[in-house]
Amino acid sequence: MSKLFKQTTYLVADIDTFLDNISKAGILFGLALREYLEDELDRFHARLDEIAELESDSDDLRREIRHKLYSKMLIPESRGDVLSVLENIDNVIDTTKKIVFQIDIEKPRICESLKRDFQELSMTSQSALDFTVKAARAFFKDSSIINDFVHKVYFYEHEADKIEELIKRKVFSSEDVTELAERMHIRDFATYVAKLSDESQAVCERISVAAIKRSL
Amino acid sequence: MGSLFIFLSGGLFLGWSLGANDAANVFGTAVATRMVRFSMAAVIASLAVITGAVFAGAGAAGTLGRLGAITALPGAFTVTLAAALSVFTMTRAGLPVSTSQSIVGGIIGWNIYADHALNYTVLSKIVLSWISSPIIAACFGFLLYFLVRFIIKHISIHILRRDLYTRIALIISGAFGAYSLGANNIGNVMGVFVPISPFPSVDFIGGWGLSGVQLLFLLGALAISVGIFTYSKRVMETVGSDIFKLSPITAFIVVLSSALVLFLFASEGLHDWLVRNGLPALPLVPISSSQAVVGSVLGIGMARGMQNIRFKLVGKIGMGWIATPLVAGAVCYFLLFFMDNLFLLTVK
Repeated sequence: MSKLFKQTTYLVADIDTFLDNISKAGILFGLALREYLEDELDRFHARLDEIAELESDSDDLRREIRHKLYSKMLIPESRGDVLSVLENIDNVIDTTKKIVFQIDIEKPRICESLKRDFQELSMTSQSALDFTVKAARAFFKDSSIINDFVHKVYFYEHEADKIEELIKRKVFSSEDVTELAERMHIRDFATYVAKLSDESQAVCERISVAAIKRSL
Repeated sequence: MGSLFIFLSGGLFLGWSLGANDAANVFGTAVATRMVRFSMAAVIASLAVITGAVFAGAGAAGTLGRLGAITALPGAFTVTLAAALSVFTMTRAGLPVSTSQSIVGGIIGWNIYADHALNYTVLSKIVLSWISSPIIAACFGFLLYFLVRFIIKHISIHILRRDLYTRIALIISGAFGAYSLGANNIGNVMGVFVPISPFPSVDFIGGWGLSGVQLLFLLGALAISVGIFTYSKRVMETVGSDIFKLSPITAFIVVLSSALVLFLFASEGLHDWLVRNGLPALPLVPISSSQAVVGSVLGIGMARGMQNIRFKLVGKIGMGWIATPLVAGAVCYFLLFFMDNLFLLTVK
């Protein structure tokens, strides 16, 4: 039985580390975007490397958690739900990495009049991710407060959609951006950044269902 | 000695079927949800059943003795065989059945055949216990559900730790349930043999020993253990979702509630303490663990606002409560007739 206590303690620590990584990736995402918009490309690249490293660590951790849950027969009743929640959250960090890599590869040129909107969009998406991590922590520790975070994620996702739409409208009516290709590039860039909040919302939906299934 | 074991075989068969069926009431959901391994459940359940039967089985068994003091070994054999056959055939037919009710039915059948006056005071005590035990279990289930929910709501425990504690709680409550099952139900298996107990007392080193009746109960408990190891796994893997699906935590509530009820109807110590303190005490009567489980599941169902309860199945279970003693009584009467007239054995 003491072995089971030890295994449980290690697994709790693994899950905490995994969620810490997601949270850190969210913060780094916000900083990376700000630095890109401010043309501080060296610092942007440093953030990119950090995010890539966190994503890789999180993948390893998720695989280890899954292995431990199955091989040590822990939470047999709801390990499917737990793993599904973790895998969904892992999608969020994957998306974070994909967005910053896409920016690095495509290097979209953001005109001055749109920089503030992009800044706001990245902060809103980051907030959605931040509250998603809090909802996930609540799922593991105190499911009674999950809704306090989930409704905030829904709010920020909705806000991100509004900002995304605003950017798209602005870019196609702006005189600063004249080329159609450039307009479409910026439009796609707005879609990528907002995608982070969409992924966060999807995770929260999964968490809510899993929490209902676990309720007494 | 050989004929002794042949006559005891009826009780041992009943013990085997009790182990095969009723162990699932205490460890079924824990095993079915893979919270506890079957091997671990079987070892704990067997040890606890033996402890309960040998050291606390006298109270409930005594009540059965007062219902019908069977003084001939072939008679006791026929009663247990009739009860076991009734349990076996009704289980095969998919009907809910209780060993407690079938043995009482068998004893009544013997009383009628032997032309003995029925002790209606004892019989009414037994019947009242059958009615009250699921009701008490429902009350325990209802209250424990709110208590556990309150604890979970107010103490933030990590999902993994909660699962670990649930696992421990299932093992402890399962062990308590198996102990209470042994204490309460050993009377069903060996109770009718008590007045004609063939075993002498045994003394061990250090002044410790077992009486003849305790040895008889040990034999019955071993038969229950064999039933647990040989057949209960199949029953355990299908139990739990009949009335409604139980989660590991609700399973813990069900096991604890039914174990408490079995304990209340079996513990001489608690009974005497209540009487000494002028408190109402429950009679020491073998009750059905399955019915206690049904009661506690319904209690939880009521606490959850009567959601998802399959009332048709509950009605079927209720019908089984009436049918079991009648079937066992009739089977016993006919078997006694054949034993008496065909095999020329003294049954009364």
